[in-house]
Amino acid sequence: MMSSSFNKFRVGISFVMMSIFYKSAVDSLSELSPQKYFSTLQPGKASLAYFCQADSPRTSIFLEELNEAVKPLQDYGISVAKVNCVKEETSRYCGKEKDLMKAYLFRGNILLREFPTDTLFDVNAIVAHVLFSLLFNEVKYITTLEDLQNIENALKGKANIAFSYVRAIGTPEHRAVMETAFVYGTTYKFVLTTETALLESIGTEDIENAHLYFFHCKQVLDLTEQCRRTLMEWPLTTLNIHRFIKTMEAPLVTEVAEDPQQVSTVHLQLGLPLVFIVSQQATYEADRRTAEWAAWRLLGKAGVLLLLRDSLEADIPQHANVVFRRAEEGVPVEFLVLHDVDLIISHVESNMHNEEIQEDEDEDMESPDMDIQDDEVAETVYRDRKRRLPLELTVELTEETFDETVVASDSIVLFYAGWQAVSMAFLQSYIDLAIKLKGTSTMLLTRVNCADWSDLCAKQNVTEFPVVKMYKEGKNPVSYTGMLGTEDLLKFIQLNRISCPVNITSVQEAEEYLSGELYKDLISYSSVSVLGLFSPNMTTAKEDFTEAGNYLKGCVITGIYSEEDVLILSNKYAATLPALLLARHKEGKIESIPLANSHAQDIVQIITNALLETFPEITVENLPIYLRLQKPLLILFSDGSINPQCKKAVLTLVKEKHLDSLTPCWLNLKNTPVGRGILQAYFNTLPPLPLLVVVSLHSGGQVFAFPSDQAITEQNLLLWLKKLEAGLESHITILPAGEWKPPLPAYDFLSMMDAAGSQQPTRRESECTKEMDAQENDKKHEDKSASRKEPIETLRIKHWNRSNWFKEGEKSFRHDNKEL
Amino acid sequence: MGLSAVARLWGPPGLLLTFALHPALCLRPVQTSAPRHRDYCVLGAGPAGLQMAYFLQRAGRDYAVFERAPRPGSFFTRYPRHRKLISINKRHTGKANAEFNLRHDWNSLLSHDPRLLFRHYSRAYFPDAGDMVRYLGDFADRLGLHVLYNTTIAHVTLDKDRQAWNGHYFILTDQMGHAHQCSVLLVATGLSVPNQVDFPGSEYVEGYESVSVDPEDFEGQNVLILGRGNSAFETAENILGVTNFIHMLSRSRVRLSWATHYVGDLRAINNGLLDTYQLKSLDGLLESDLTDLAVVKDREGKFHITLKFFLEEGNQSADAVTLPQDDNDNFAMRVAYDRVIRCLGWNFDFSIFNKSLRLSSGGELSKKYPLVKASYESKGSRGLFVLGTASHSVDYRRSAGGFIHGFRYTVRAVHRLLEQRHHGVAWPSTKHPISQLTSSIVRRVNEASGLYQMFGVLADVVLLKENAMAFEYLEEFPTQMLAQLETITGRKARHGLFVINMEYGRNFSGPDKDVFFYDRSVGHTEDAWQSNFLHPVIYYYRHLPTEQEVRFRPADWALPRPTAIHHIVEDFLTDWTAPVGHILPLRRFLENCLDTDLRSFYAESCFLFALTHQKLPPFCQQGYLRTQGLMGTESLRRHGVESGLLRDYATVGRRREDGGRGLLGGSQAPGPPVQALDSNKEEL
Repeated sequence: MMSSSFNKFRVGISFVMMSIFYKSAVDSLSELSPQKYFSTLQPGKASLAYFCQADSPRTSIFLEELNEAVKPLQDYGISVAKVNCVKEETSRYCGKEKDLMKAYLFRGNILLREFPTDTLFDVNAIVAHVLFSLLFNEVKYITTLEDLQNIENALKGKANIAFSYVRAIGTPEHRAVMETAFVYGTTYKFVLTTETALLESIGTEDIENAHLYFFHCKQVLDLTEQCRRTLMEWPLTTLNIHRFIKTMEAPLVTEVAEDPQQVSTVHLQLGLPLVFIVSQQATYEADRRTAEWAAWRLLGKAGVLLLLRDSLEADIPQHANVVFRRAEEGVPVEFLVLHDVDLIISHVESNMHNEEIQEDEDEDMESPDMDIQDDEVAETVYRDRKRRLPLELTVELTEETFDETVVASDSIVLFYAGWQAVSMAFLQSYIDLAIKLKGTSTMLLTRVNCADWSDLCAKQNVTEFPVVKMYKEGKNPVSYTGMLGTEDLLKFIQLNRISCPVNITSVQEAEEYLSGELYKDLISYSSVSVLGLFSPNMTTAKEDFTEAGNYLKGCVITGIYSEEDVLILSNKYAATLPALLLARHKEGKIESIPLANSHAQDIVQIITNALLETFPEITVENLPIYLRLQKPLLILFSDGSINPQCKKAVLTLVKEKHLDSLTPCWLNLKNTPVGRGILQAYFNTLPPLPLLVVVSLHSGGQVFAFPSDQAITEQNLLLWLKKLEAGLESHITILPAGEWKPPLPAYDFLSMMDAAGSQQPTRRESECTKEMDAQENDKKHEDKSASRKEPIETLRIKHWNRSNWFKEGEKSFRHDNKEL
Repeated sequence: MGLSAVARLWGPPGLLLTFALHPALCLRPVQTSAPRHRDYCVLGAGPAGLQMAYFLQRAGRDYAVFERAPRPGSFFTRYPRHRKLISINKRHTGKANAEFNLRHDWNSLLSHDPRLLFRHYSRAYFPDAGDMVRYLGDFADRLGLHVLYNTTIAHVTLDKDRQAWNGHYFILTDQMGHAHQCSVLLVATGLSVPNQVDFPGSEYVEGYESVSVDPEDFEGQNVLILGRGNSAFETAENILGVTNFIHMLSRSRVRLSWATHYVGDLRAINNGLLDTYQLKSLDGLLESDLTDLAVVKDREGKFHITLKFFLEEGNQSADAVTLPQDDNDNFAMRVAYDRVIRCLGWNFDFSIFNKSLRLSSGGELSKKYPLVKASYESKGSRGLFVLGTASHSVDYRRSAGGFIHGFRYTVRAVHRLLEQRHHGVAWPSTKHPISQLTSSIVRRVNEASGLYQMFGVLADVVLLKENAMAFEYLEEFPTQMLAQLETITGRKARHGLFVINMEYGRNFSGPDKDVFFYDRSVGHTEDAWQSNFLHPVIYYYRHLPTEQEVRFRPADWALPRPTAIHHIVEDFLTDWTAPVGHILPLRRFLENCLDTDLRSFYAESCFLFALTHQKLPPFCQQGYLRTQGLMGTESLRRHGVESGLLRDYATVGRRREDGGRGLLGGSQAPGPPVQALDSNKEEL
């Protein structure tokens, strides 16, 4: 009962889908009345019309197929129409009864042929029949061997023949032949048969499939001689026939005297390999004959060229007499020593065979590929799973121990989930940090596995992984928001050793603070020390600054001074209170910024901006900070430390405010090797360094390269930038703007379930072919799983792992093969 | 009331006023007893009532629980008669995760207090009912729940009032005649009326509720038990060894819970009689419609089974009644019985509810339950919710909603609905960037107990935000209310949603199914949809399904037909964290639904993408660009290079200098290939 109602529901759905389909079908097939139709006919133009009663059902399989034929026929200049016979306008083409309706082919207003609808059983039949009628002269239909011989004799010395056998008129193969004839019909004589006896008589045993022979009659001068025949060895499709005929047109043997890697012929474009017969003056004649002999045998399979070694600059190994080049780009040519034409032929054929098999293999591998990890983090963590980490260097906390631990000592807590790759990757960095800090830090490094202690994590407001929080006694926990790596976390921990802002109590202390003496060991983590100067009564300003300092906890050292003698400092550094002093330790500079009426947020902004360098070395860690400026990057790629002249040139331009619309930076390939990947994306090959590029990441994605033949000097650079601004420079590449799509498809369980649910194939042919394909794919899936099930399911318990071992084994096996 | 009135009398100056006020103040309480108002009234302090009280208390709501008995859980003071609960008390799972452990704890109620876990109350796998009484008492006391004990609600009526939340108040009258006015009524009275079948001679039948539990009383007797539920088998089990034989009679075939995956069906712990029956002892099972039966008593006080039909035709004198064996001498029940025991289960007590509440019984299958919507609200009156065992009509014979380990979650769902409806507190949710989607689902699927216990009834919902760059995660929403999700939760579902459900295989469960068949387990990810054991199923909808779609969904479907569906392949350990077997196919499914790339990347890859692409994958956007990139370690990087997913850039270009060969060492960089750049170049 239940299943039957389920089926009903499905039928309901497919019915709706079909009616939608029909509707669109009727839309694209023009519908006319007889009078209207005949008025549209143009002299010389072919037109196919289906006459039907106005009250006939609007939908039928024939109409669908006819609709599908509209597009292909239009490509050949043939219009298609559905003519509704209304009572007022009777036409002799309108049949009396519904089932006697026919389709008619006109050229101009001359009737060429009429077709009962059952001969036009599908789109292939429609196209094939229509073209067959129109190409009556170009395509000769024969039934006996005698007919064939007559035609052959008549054409000797005049034209070549394309002779094809198809199993029936109206088949897809027939259509393919007709479509090719439409293009080549004037060049070659097309001959068609459906007689198996005829095919057998010219020596083919395989009569199951369609065949196409090319008869080389044009060059036959002696009428008693038979035309050479070449059998096309691919399935009969329009594309294959076209490809085949193209190779027939190509010269039999081409003589070349250039590097085989550089030669290009029609064969390569058609995906066929090239065979070079290496020749030299002395043996030229014999080689030429060999080449021709091979060429005949390889006709339609490969191109044959005669390579003249004497006039060749490229280096060819001494012994090699044959060079084989595959059609695929980038595959190096093979130098062979083959002393027999048969060996040449078999080499070519075996390679073609290989290619086909490999293609098949690729197809087979496509679905299992979905099970191959393509997430770099997941894969690396998985591969590292057996390594034992010194986890004991961090304290594992539980629901019971958490509260007392974070109260008892200042702690860093890593919240992670044992099954989540990203947090496990970070755990490794965390352990590395623990190794670094071993015994030196007052901060306790701890961790909580949220896969075990989900309630605890939820209580600490942790619902994503990984999360790092710092618990300092009496204060709200602080979430770490820096890079998930050892260095940045170390910096965070170190800078958090002092309060933020730190309270400075005397002018002398302030001076030590600014000189970097006070927190010597922390200077390496914060290149800038910030000191807020306030009069003791500036309460609000102090509060704002304190808030800002708190916010910047862990990324910069901040201090506050608001004693009575603050004027000593403000006078010394020419600052109006309230003010910020920024001590840049590397450059040994101290600058002051007034802070009047600045809120905490503004102060944070001022300080973060101050942390940016004017010409930084860009690294993986700091790029995001500079990207926030939303300006095009001017990047100087350097292999090793920066060239002082280049640096000077850029810095001068910065000083002169010529680079305000850009973010100038440089990249050291020694520190950031991934820069090579970037250069490769820009230039394909690694260009000589140093090298300057402008990348407009946020507007258009163009990449411009500073000309490599110019020296990077102020003037040149300025000139180039001016030209760039004026739009006179052309970009070397545009960065792809595409969205990041799913790397691979997912299993379509819904259609698998549908396929299993609908046992009876009640689908009508009307459903679009795409869906049919999908269904077939599903079937494949099922078959596969069914056949594969045997060995695994006998284990009677759920054994995912075991089956995976199988696969792993297969994988490595394949891998080995490839390497061989 | 009286006291405060007196106190006021002293306050106001002037005697006149005093005289005028006195009668009014004093008389009102005495005469009409103005009902005490409460926002929430809970009927019954059983497990469901206490569970609801807990949530109301935590939310700081105005509520009271009315309990007839002096202590909570009075049902368990008498039932089950043989004192052994059949809900498992699994004290060890080998895991610390408290949420996960609730998957195997069928007795605890939900609370924040880890001491209130049932495993602290009993060591027995099948605990004693007395421990449940003690547990429920502790639960009410420790959490300080407002329970009015010894208060029997005798009558419930409706009082229309426009001001009321639901357009009416519920008026509860207790045994003292005191009235209580409630905005919302939560009925958690369980099933308390023994089910009786009326047939001639049914007066001779003893009921489960009163039959002796002492096996001595059954020595050498022929016993007939009517019914085929757990109480019938529990009774049989108790006396199996002392009787001559036991026959069991009921209308339908026995349903074994291990075949149906329904805990209300016959549990293996009670099925000793099946064993002896099938091993040709004298015990046996029979099927017949009880309403056709009649029991007649002979002179020796023995009972004979006959058909009602025979009684109607002849005279009524006991020995002259026609018996089936008179015609049909091999009639199965031709033997005389010493006792006939009725164990036919319980019904909901409808008697206290006034007609105006329109609380009617459910459909054919669930006559014993009041009719409720999937939100547990009565179909008859708004604001009346049925909780606990009595609410089982929603998932009768499907899930665990009639049992503590199920309804503790449905009660929570009702509470969340009420919070949104009356207090504007939206359904709790967490918001995350889309890069956390796979992890969020994997986490819940592996630990959530509500999804696991209430499979097919409660499901998690992921509501996508605009452009699918973020999402909201809602837990344990009643699937059948999916169409009303926005009003119930107060959350918006404008940009598509995922529903995470747990399911058994379609044709796996059923009383006549062989659940041990040979090929029952599925191991391959591509066959996951054929999984038989309980496994997570994720539905993707582009739009919130409509009420029509939910109601007229295909048969056997827990939810309406989705845009796409994913099954995570069943797992022997119910541990769905395998990187390739579970997480990878899930990620691919989510990626293809959202048409994006959900892989995670190291900071170095993000750096490369940031400088070679105009757009970044979500993981880089939401991590690296916010300076939270994953740096990785040297050893991980090495593995990455070995796997071919990462490139060793330090060696890029080196080879060229050496031998002038190709640049790419055959390894493929992840993400949209660099080729895209070339093609652009060609165009220019």
